[in-house]
Amino acid sequence: MEKYNLVIVGGGPAGLAAAISAYDKGERNMIILEREPKLGGILNQCIHNGFGLHTFNEELTGPEYAQRYIDEVKKRNIKYLLNTTVINVSDKKEIKALSEDGLLNIEAKAIILSCGCRERPRGGINIAGARCAGIYSAGTAQKLVNIEGYMPGKEVVILGSGDIGLIMARRMIFEGAKVKAVVELMPYSSGLNRNIVQCLNDFNIPLMFSHTVVDIKGKKRVESVVIAEVDERLNPKMETCQEIKCDTLLLSVGLLPENELARGASVDLSRITRGAIVDDQLMTSIPGIFECGNVLHVHDLVDYVSEEAKEAGEKAYEYIYSSKDESYEKTLIKTENGVRYTVPELIIKNDDYNPLTLKLRVGNVYKKVKLEVSCDGDVIYSRMRPVVAPGEMEKIDLKSEQVEKLRKATEIKVYLRSQE
Amino acid sequence: MREFICINCPLGCQLKVDDSDLNNIKVTGNTCKRGERYGIDEVLNPKRMVTSSVVVLNGKENVVSVKTKEAIPKGLIFESLELLKNTKVEAPVNIGDIIIKNVLNTGVDFVATRNVERN
Repeated sequence: MEKYNLVIVGGGPAGLAAAISAYDKGERNMIILEREPKLGGILNQCIHNGFGLHTFNEELTGPEYAQRYIDEVKKRNIKYLLNTTVINVSDKKEIKALSEDGLLNIEAKAIILSCGCRERPRGGINIAGARCAGIYSAGTAQKLVNIEGYMPGKEVVILGSGDIGLIMARRMIFEGAKVKAVVELMPYSSGLNRNIVQCLNDFNIPLMFSHTVVDIKGKKRVESVVIAEVDERLNPKMETCQEIKCDTLLLSVGLLPENELARGASVDLSRITRGAIVDDQLMTSIPGIFECGNVLHVHDLVDYVSEEAKEAGEKAYEYIYSSKDESYEKTLIKTENGVRYTVPELIIKNDDYNPLTLKLRVGNVYKKVKLEVSCDGDVIYSRMRPVVAPGEMEKIDLKSEQVEKLRKATEIKVYLRSQE
Repeated sequence: MREFICINCPLGCQLKVDDSDLNNIKVTGNTCKRGERYGIDEVLNPKRMVTSSVVVLNGKENVVSVKTKEAIPKGLIFESLELLKNTKVEAPVNIGDIIIKNVLNTGVDFVATRNVERN
C-alpha cells in the first residue's frame, strides 16, 4: 500500500489548480492521478478562445490555459501519473487505480475528487428513431475534429444549445460542413450569449427554441431527423413536424458531474447538481474527501473552476495538518423562489469569519429581480440583477460581517425577490 | 443606438452603442475596456478571432490547434481558413509558434495553441 497525504483524482483544470495551491501551502507528499495520456483534461480539445480572461487578464484557448497550469505543476515537481484510472475510492480513503504498472493501492489522508463531468447521452433523453451511425455527443465530435483530425459529418443538425453545441456549430462550419439548425427544447439557451452571437448569428445558423427531435431516420447512417415544436409542458405538437435532411446529429443536452467514485465512497450527493453536498470547506459528507470543479457542479467558466479548486487545495491542506478533531454543526442553506441550488450547501457553525462566496444557479430566466440571502428572517445580502438565466452561474460574495451572521444563523435562505 | 452582446469573455455584457456620431461613438453597459473597444469595432469594423487546426507531420498527434493572435475582420474568416487547409507543419510544434505570418495582409499571424511532440 502506497501512502500519500493528498491524492488528487483528475488532472484537468480543477486537479491542476488544487495541486498547485496545496503545494504552495506547504504540502509535498501528494500525487495527481489522470486517466488520459496527457494532463489538462477537457481543455485540450477546447481549441476556441475565451479562456482565462479573469485569471490571466488575457484571452487564451483551452490548450493554452491548461499549459499554464501544467507548467506550474511541473515547475513544482508535483508527482503525477498518466494513463491511470481510479476505479474505487473507499470511505476509509483507500484508492484503487489501474495504471500502466497494474493495480495500485493507495492510502490517503485527504482526497480531492476533481474528475469533471460527462455529457448526457442519447439514452438520457430517450430520442426515438433509428440507431444508425452519425449520432454523436457534441464533445465526442469536438474530440474527433480537434484532437484526432477527423470530420464526423457533412450536414449537421444540433440538438441542444449548450455551449459545446454552439461552439461545435461554428467548428463544423469552419471545417466545411453545413449546419442546418440548432434545436433547443427550452424557450431559452443554456449556452452563453456570446456563443450565440459568434457561433450562430455570425453564420446565420437558425436557433429554434421550443423545438425538439422526435425521430431519427436512416439505415446505416443518419438520413434525416424529424423535429417538432413543443408546448408549455414540453410535449411535442405532432402537427408541427418537419423533416430535415442531414447525415449527422450532434447532442449538446447537458453535462452531468461524474460521481461514480464519490458514490462508491458513500459520499452524500445532491439530487440537483448531481455533485457532492459540500460544506464551505468544499468537504463532502466523508471527512477528508473534497470535491471541486465540474464534478461538484457544472461551471460556465474554467476561471471559476480554477478558483474553486485553489480553495479545495488549501482546505485539504488545512484538513491534513489540523490537530483538532473538530466536528461542527452545519446549517443547510434553503433555496427558494427560482434559486435551484447553492454551492456550498452547508455552512459550518464555527467562528471563521473570513469572506465567503456562494455560487448558485436559477431555474428560469428572470428579469429585474433581487438576489437575496436571509439569516433567521433578516436579509443580510441583497443585490439587484437586471437579468438572471439558468445558463449563467451567479455568485454571492459575502464580507466578514455577513459571514458571521451566516455562521450563527439557524435558518439560511437564498432566493430571488421580484421587483416588478 | 445599436445593441450588441459583447463576446470578449463569457460574461456577455449587453452593450448599448450610440453611433449617431461615428467620430464619437459612445458605449455603455460594458464592464471593462475591452467591451468599449468591441462596441466601437462592431460598428466600424467587426472583428473575430479565428481558431481552427492544421495538419501536423510526424507528430504524436495528427493536428495542432491554432488561433489568430488578434481578431481579424469578420469578412476574412473563410479566406483565412482556406489558407489553413493548405498548410501542413512539421513536428515538434510549440505554443506560440507562427504557423502563417501576416494572414491576408492583416498584420496578424496564425500561431499554434498547443504543443505537439515529434513522434
